[in-house]
Amino acid sequence: MLTESQIERYSRHIILKEVGGKGQQKLFDGRVLIIGAGGLGAPIALYLAAAGVGTIGIADADDVDLSNLQRQVIHFTQDIGKPKVESAREKMESINPDVKVVTYKEWISAANIADIIAGYDFIIDGTDNFAAKFLINDACVLAGKPYSHGGILQFDGQTITIKPNESACYRCIFPEPPPREAIPTCSQAGVIGVLPGVLGTIQATEAIKYLLGKGDLLTNRLLTYSALRMKFREIPLKRNSSCPVCGDNPTITEIKDELDALTVCDLNNK
Amino acid sequence: MNITINGKATTIAENPGRTIDSLLEELDVSQRLYVTVELNGDILDRPAYESTPVNEGDVIEFLYFMGGGC
Repeated sequence: MLTESQIERYSRHIILKEVGGKGQQKLFDGRVLIIGAGGLGAPIALYLAAAGVGTIGIADADDVDLSNLQRQVIHFTQDIGKPKVESAREKMESINPDVKVVTYKEWISAANIADIIAGYDFIIDGTDNFAAKFLINDACVLAGKPYSHGGILQFDGQTITIKPNESACYRCIFPEPPPREAIPTCSQAGVIGVLPGVLGTIQATEAIKYLLGKGDLLTNRLLTYSALRMKFREIPLKRNSSCPVCGDNPTITEIKDELDALTVCDLNNK
Repeated sequence: MNITINGKATTIAENPGRTIDSLLEELDVSQRLYVTVELNGDILDRPAYESTPVNEGDVIEFLYFMGGGC
């Protein structure tokens, strides 16, 4: 049951016919995991907390660095040196004391991801490296967990929502990670600070719609965004029968790390 | 020859021997060795790039790796 002050806090939600009191309760009962408390994770965490998503997990092993602040709007100057998950938790609880924030100060890996995602309804990939992106895809597909993929670089971004075994997954598009160092990272190639705000907010929107059970998810279409050209494009996709994890004859049947792809953007800076 | 590339109508010179692989080279597509090609709605397996001809009217999408999030 919503209290009077909650009814006021969420009044702009509650008057939406797609949300209402029932929808707001669904958000409260919802559990969303954000992997990465960086550029994408920052707006995702802030908006999901403000929206009243009841339980929000946030995973990141990193500490806040001065070079993060140009885009990771959940971290402030006084947070430099603090664990990102702690810095994020403080802002989320400050925006909305109703939400329960669960922090994981660790890098996700084949060893821990299944346990971490198990307790969540929807997962959001806000990571900055291919090893993590493929790991999240495989773990979510194998566990049947819906998730939002997001990727950004320089002035461009892309996002897609995956409903395992119903819609195309990340490996349907990209069967294998690129070789290490083949594709530049943000720390090498740069990223315009507002870009993760656009993409992360779209990913948060998908989580909210999933919890509400309203609207059309961004499945079977890759949304690409060019900030320089100020253009969005949608590329229709379908499941790939030769996908190594969700195709007809999958070769990936258990979670494993993509060792060749292990590069972490921020680690390059250290 | 008229094809559609990343949503744009594009005219390229007639070349009966052109394959997806040679098109990537001809257009100097970025991430050429890693780009995923969607041909008329289907993701092409990479080994098929060299043997798949480009035909009049083909709708081709290049899908690029984007690994950032930081």
